[in-house]
Amino acid sequence: MAESVNDSDAESRISFGDYVVLKRGDVFKSVQVENKKKVIFEKQWFFLDNAVGQLFGTRFEIEAGGSLKLKAAKHSGDSLDSKEAGQDNRHILDDGKSQKLTRDDIETLKEQGLKGQEIVQQLIDNSTTFKDKTEFAQEKYIKKKKKNHLRYDTLAQILTLGNIHAGSKILVFETCAGLVLGSVMERMGGFGSVIQMYPGGGPTRAGMESFGFPSHFHETLHEFPLCKVNALLAGTLDLSEKDADGNRRSESSQETSGVSEERSSEPQSMEVSVDPQEEMRRVERERLREQKAQEKKVKMEEKRKKLASAAALLEGRNADGLVIASRFHPCPVLMGLLKFIAPSRPFVVYCQYREPLIECYTKLREQGGAISLRLTDSWLRHYQVLPNRTHPVLLMSGGGGYLLSGTTVAADAAKTRNQQKSEEPVAKRLKLDEISSA
Amino acid sequence: MSFVEYSEIIQEGDVVIIFQGHESMMPIKVQSGAQTQTRYGAIRHSSDLIGQRFGSKVTCSKGGWVYVLHPTPELWTVNLPHRTQILYTTDIANITLMLELKPGSVVCESGTGSGSLSHSILRTIAPTGHLHTVEFHAQRAEKAMQEFKEHKVSHLVTVRNQDVCKDGFGITGIADAVFLDIPSPWEAITHAKSAIKRKEIEKTVKIPVVFHKLLGEGGRMNIHYVNERSVSLSRHSHRHTVCSDCLNIFHAEVARADDIAIRYLVLCNSCEHSRFLVDTVTV
Repeated sequence: MAESVNDSDAESRISFGDYVVLKRGDVFKSVQVENKKKVIFEKQWFFLDNAVGQLFGTRFEIEAGGSLKLKAAKHSGDSLDSKEAGQDNRHILDDGKSQKLTRDDIETLKEQGLKGQEIVQQLIDNSTTFKDKTEFAQEKYIKKKKKNHLRYDTLAQILTLGNIHAGSKILVFETCAGLVLGSVMERMGGFGSVIQMYPGGGPTRAGMESFGFPSHFHETLHEFPLCKVNALLAGTLDLSEKDADGNRRSESSQETSGVSEERSSEPQSMEVSVDPQEEMRRVERERLREQKAQEKKVKMEEKRKKLASAAALLEGRNADGLVIASRFHPCPVLMGLLKFIAPSRPFVVYCQYREPLIECYTKLREQGGAISLRLTDSWLRHYQVLPNRTHPVLLMSGGGGYLLSGTTVAADAAKTRNQQKSEEPVAKRLKLDEISSA
Repeated sequence: MSFVEYSEIIQEGDVVIIFQGHESMMPIKVQSGAQTQTRYGAIRHSSDLIGQRFGSKVTCSKGGWVYVLHPTPELWTVNLPHRTQILYTTDIANITLMLELKPGSVVCESGTGSGSLSHSILRTIAPTGHLHTVEFHAQRAEKAMQEFKEHKVSHLVTVRNQDVCKDGFGITGIADAVFLDIPSPWEAITHAKSAIKRKEIEKTVKIPVVFHKLLGEGGRMNIHYVNERSVSLSRHSHRHTVCSDCLNIFHAEVARADDIAIRYLVLCNSCEHSRFLVDTVTV
């Protein structure tokens, strides 16, 4: 048989800090392995400490007290009935990193009436399982607030149609709790950059964290608020330094004024109070206030720097791709963000419903700058496979959402309303134009 | 230009895609002094292409215009010269996801065919991965090698002209994923298994009863392809498959080709220590 490669299997062993996926039947949950931290899954509490050092894909039992115990493998030749089953406390720890989807096998087994039967241990990939998770996003045990029902085959299309690959600069706008973002980052492998556009106050990335990316991946990730897009496009985005009051100030003057404020307040307090203890408290309060103001200043400066770096990436208007997958109406977002994309680059928009994408399509045809526009959805069918009983289980259609994809091209500079051509320079159309303008 | 990295300006030697209209595109190789005929007239490479930006409009000699696009695997799939039936983007997307391909992946593929899937794999695994692709037809193997070179991806791929069922992929123990699309995929299972990265895996628990019965003599199980750790897919149904550990042959039912991938488990009931993940993609 095959010779084993002589490398350690360390990377297939669970360590503290790893993100893992707990699996029981077809219920999945992603958690981080932390020392003595209680984890809840399927209405049970337990600690993951005993899992450390074990291989991914291992099966555990939960003992009284919440510790995990290795489940011994059973041997064959036993009774053929389901005595082996009934293991209610079975859990399998699965890696995020490199394994397989098994939900289907489990479903198949279930269909064969094997509920509660032994589930052969699986190695489940983090990203793949994540995709499963979105499928089960409706179920309670997955805590995702803003979830889109994004089917894994739709996600597959997004990643491929968008030509997501290492070394590109991709704009992502999603409200799938970071799943799409994480998938994009996985396909980029830490090369290139991803700019996450976000609505409201800040980006949501919970799902992305669970991918367990090495830290250098995070350096490729930037964010930029949607509300500032128009300003950036118009060239009016203010990126200069500001103090806590939002007024434009230089750093040095702020410091000295801060110091002088402190100094001036001291003699005041000394004048007013006689009690030395109260005076100490007052000084302490002042110090705390100063400290907080300083921390706030540092934070704002960090935020400003991040905004500036994201803006710098966007300003060139040479991004290599755009992915939109959100519950918001895609049209305004798409029309706005396309301006940052270089010509001859793909873009993909996901929407749960068709109509908003039809609007986008129409607008793009009017405005130009995009070709090969395609509105698609994919159908997914799972099969039950049994002797003489092989047949489709169910057909998922429509439920997977819709995709609008296309390729950018150089915008037509000299386009006026009357002379607007369609993207296809058909001879007939030309003649009509000639007639109408004659 | 390369199929795995974007560039901005068209250069001599690039492969570009001319877009003439909906569903009307063609690939051309940019050469100084050359001309290409389109339905709107001729394009002169030296003046109209070299030095221009990808995505720009090019006016042809008769006055009409076309767009010139940067090649991508998706555009290549719909424009490549067919030497065999190819896989299209929809399936390729699912395959890529299910094989969990990413930069750095080492992938084995057979047969190479016309290179449609190959280009997509290369795009996804670049710049640190590698594709080992096996094609038993000498001219197709040669043509594939040539194309990879022209598309500036040959450093990421090794094409082997051999029979994967007899001689395997040419490497062992390093693949993250194996893909089979050949008439008798079960004959390549052993090689697929040896190509895949090996890890110490704990013994699995025996598969339930039903599979026992199915795997016994006369039992029937629908299997297209077996592998251990990654997905392998075949578009063809077959009748037999082989447990790679004990070479016990069990019978398989012919499957009808339809849509999409499913996975399920099969355990060889004679040696017990094998574990298979069976994958089918039916198209």
